[in-house]
Amino acid sequence: MLGKLSWAAVPFDQPIPMAASAVVACVMFGVLAWVVLKGHLPYLWNEWITSVDHKRIGVMYCLLAMVMLLRGFTDAIMMRSQQALAFHSPGYLPPEHYDQIFSAHGTLMIFFVAMPFIIGLMNFVVPLQLGIRDVAFPTLNSVGFWLTASGALLVNISLVVGEFSRATWLPYPPLSELAYSPGVGVDYYCWAIQISGVGTLLSGVNLVTTVLKMHAPGMTYLRMPMFCWTTLAANLLIVAAFPILTATLAMLLLDRYLGFHFFTNEAGGNMMMFVNLIWAWGHPEVYILILPAFGIYSEVISTFSGKPLFGYRSMVIATMAICILAFMVWLHHFFTMGAGADVNAFFGIMTTIIAVPTGVKIFNWLFTMFAGRVVFSTALLWSLGFMVTFVVGGMTGVLLAVPPADFVLHNSLFLVAHFHNVLIGGMLFGCFAGYTYWFPKAFGFRLHEGLGKAAFWCWTIGFYVAFMPLYVLGLEGMTRRMQHYDVPEWRPWVLLAAVGAVIIMAGIILQITQLVVSIRHREELRDDTGDPWNGRSLEWATASPPPAFNFAVLPTISSEEAYWDLKQRAIQQSLLSPEPSYDDVEMPRNSPTGFICAFFATMMGFALIWHIWWLVGVAFVGAFATFVVFAWRDHDEYVIPVETVARIDRANRAARTKVLSRMRAAR
Amino acid sequence: MSDETSDFGTSDVAPGDEGAEAGVGTYLVGLGLALLLTGVSFFIARTHLVWAPSIPVALIVLAIAQMGVHLVFFLHITTGPDNVNNVMALAFGVLIVLLLLTGSLWIMWHLNHNMMPMDQLMRMQR
Repeated sequence: MLGKLSWAAVPFDQPIPMAASAVVACVMFGVLAWVVLKGHLPYLWNEWITSVDHKRIGVMYCLLAMVMLLRGFTDAIMMRSQQALAFHSPGYLPPEHYDQIFSAHGTLMIFFVAMPFIIGLMNFVVPLQLGIRDVAFPTLNSVGFWLTASGALLVNISLVVGEFSRATWLPYPPLSELAYSPGVGVDYYCWAIQISGVGTLLSGVNLVTTVLKMHAPGMTYLRMPMFCWTTLAANLLIVAAFPILTATLAMLLLDRYLGFHFFTNEAGGNMMMFVNLIWAWGHPEVYILILPAFGIYSEVISTFSGKPLFGYRSMVIATMAICILAFMVWLHHFFTMGAGADVNAFFGIMTTIIAVPTGVKIFNWLFTMFAGRVVFSTALLWSLGFMVTFVVGGMTGVLLAVPPADFVLHNSLFLVAHFHNVLIGGMLFGCFAGYTYWFPKAFGFRLHEGLGKAAFWCWTIGFYVAFMPLYVLGLEGMTRRMQHYDVPEWRPWVLLAAVGAVIIMAGIILQITQLVVSIRHREELRDDTGDPWNGRSLEWATASPPPAFNFAVLPTISSEEAYWDLKQRAIQQSLLSPEPSYDDVEMPRNSPTGFICAFFATMMGFALIWHIWWLVGVAFVGAFATFVVFAWRDHDEYVIPVETVARIDRANRAARTKVLSRMRAAR
Repeated sequence: MSDETSDFGTSDVAPGDEGAEAGVGTYLVGLGLALLLTGVSFFIARTHLVWAPSIPVALIVLAIAQMGVHLVFFLHITTGPDNVNNVMALAFGVLIVLLLLTGSLWIMWHLNHNMMPMDQLMRMQR
């Protein structure tokens, strides 16, 4: 009846996971109880859970990422403290638990922190920057988000029910095959990634279509803000690469469930094929994460330097070049697998070539700041921290791209230091910059600057203290994923790295404080005009937070920096452009399709993990029925009457007129 | 794509959108050609009329022609200006598939380059 599931699946004998899950359960039930008792449930259901508004979905993506960041960081600090203690001693984490922790850390950070954060920001910003009212497929967008959330839920269920994978964040066979990982851990990993992978693919299709096909009048490709270009490139990569991941994990699942031999040791399987295929996805994935971050830096640096982006066209070319080159370097993840010098040399050279467009971008950002009036706000600080840190990470990456050097450094902590250097210093700093930069657009008030800067310094210093020692350790020969060790030379560096993790924790605590303080002081931090940073692109033309329809009348674009030119004209004439003639606006209706689909998907994933076959059938039929009901819907749009549209837009215009008259008085 | 002044947003057609005015005619022509190509493939595979080593080459050519028929008659890929996005998407997809296929074949073929030959290894294990 319940397949492999029994009470033995709950690890009652292990105090750490039990205590952790008890805390998580208490927090969850606390929040749920508060929501229900305070009567917020209808609001939450109508305005957020069933929402197909790209802004709401974007915010929910980012929220999911931040919550998962806390979980992923907890894993990180557990690993650091384990290694700090485990010199000539077993430490406090037994090997089988330690292995689950580093597997969960990697899985969570890539799939459920980095991906949702970046997709959330793209979802929120891109339609506003393009001057349109919604994405191409609003309900699909909601389905994509909830499927991602359902994958994250499955990974977290594994904390209490059963176990998580011990086969690292990319489950290399033969370790991940049934013979060597007989438990449910790898199944948890695979089904969580399969479900959230479908969600990511849907969101990729949606955003590619949006950027290619939906624009305000006059917004040609070469007038799109840089962030839209990087979004296009990243989502093209998602559409091209994620099917490879899905197919590869499907083959692994066939091995595990139906006795196939794609990647097994025996019967003609070849585990090297798994490594080859997973990195054919894995390397584009790196650029899926970093390209949108590059877009964020472009927007932030240009805004806070008060100048247009330097070398816009070279930036576009560099982005699209990376988009193609990303598919030609994947072997550098397994130089040591056995290939000869021809293959290794080719992929080594391609890897050094891909650093060129990235270098172009760094110089473009520097020249954007050059001779500008640079405002050192929190968002700009994150961007500066990125430029310094990312160059270091990029250089060690080019070093690792040299096959002979890679033979020495492969699988050492040098590698771990390198990819944390580019992921934290590149991707995560970009997300934090974007979070600070667009927060007032999303909620109508700014984040507290002082606490933001303090968090920035803690993160940056903490990063260097935590990861520079890992470079040294890698050169001293310490391999990654060690549960304990007995080399006295390593000890001081390992302890130093643990101190760095504590400094980063201070940064995270400061960020939480910043959010709380900003919410409490929101009236002082209020953004009345909708343009708190003196922005240059269209998202600042609408109110903060934007109305459901974004723009009362779609703006007509006649130059590269649409909003900046509009603003300059208004300031010169001390007058807004004449009031447009308003019209009714049709918007897509909210739909619970995404939530219900994800509910059934979670159920199906859980049933597949525990071999509860009847529940698999029930959940599949449920998900399909949800789709059928949605496909046969009668009303998919609602009308916002012209009076409401006019009232909302007039308020926005009044706020801006007030600023204009204040400027006139100051002159 | 680099044309800055035209408003491409309205001049672009999604795959299959122009079906209404094209009518069933093109679909019937396409079906006919597809059946013909399939039939020829089956015929060539077992005939003795042509030189045997040329059969695999002929099958590959026929298969590519089949793909072309599907793209032109069923998916309505044309060279017209309204089809730029579709053609670009197709080209990108083909490029990625080719990169992945040739790359994987090359890598896997090269895999044992630094290894001892398998039979030697087996003999050592005995």
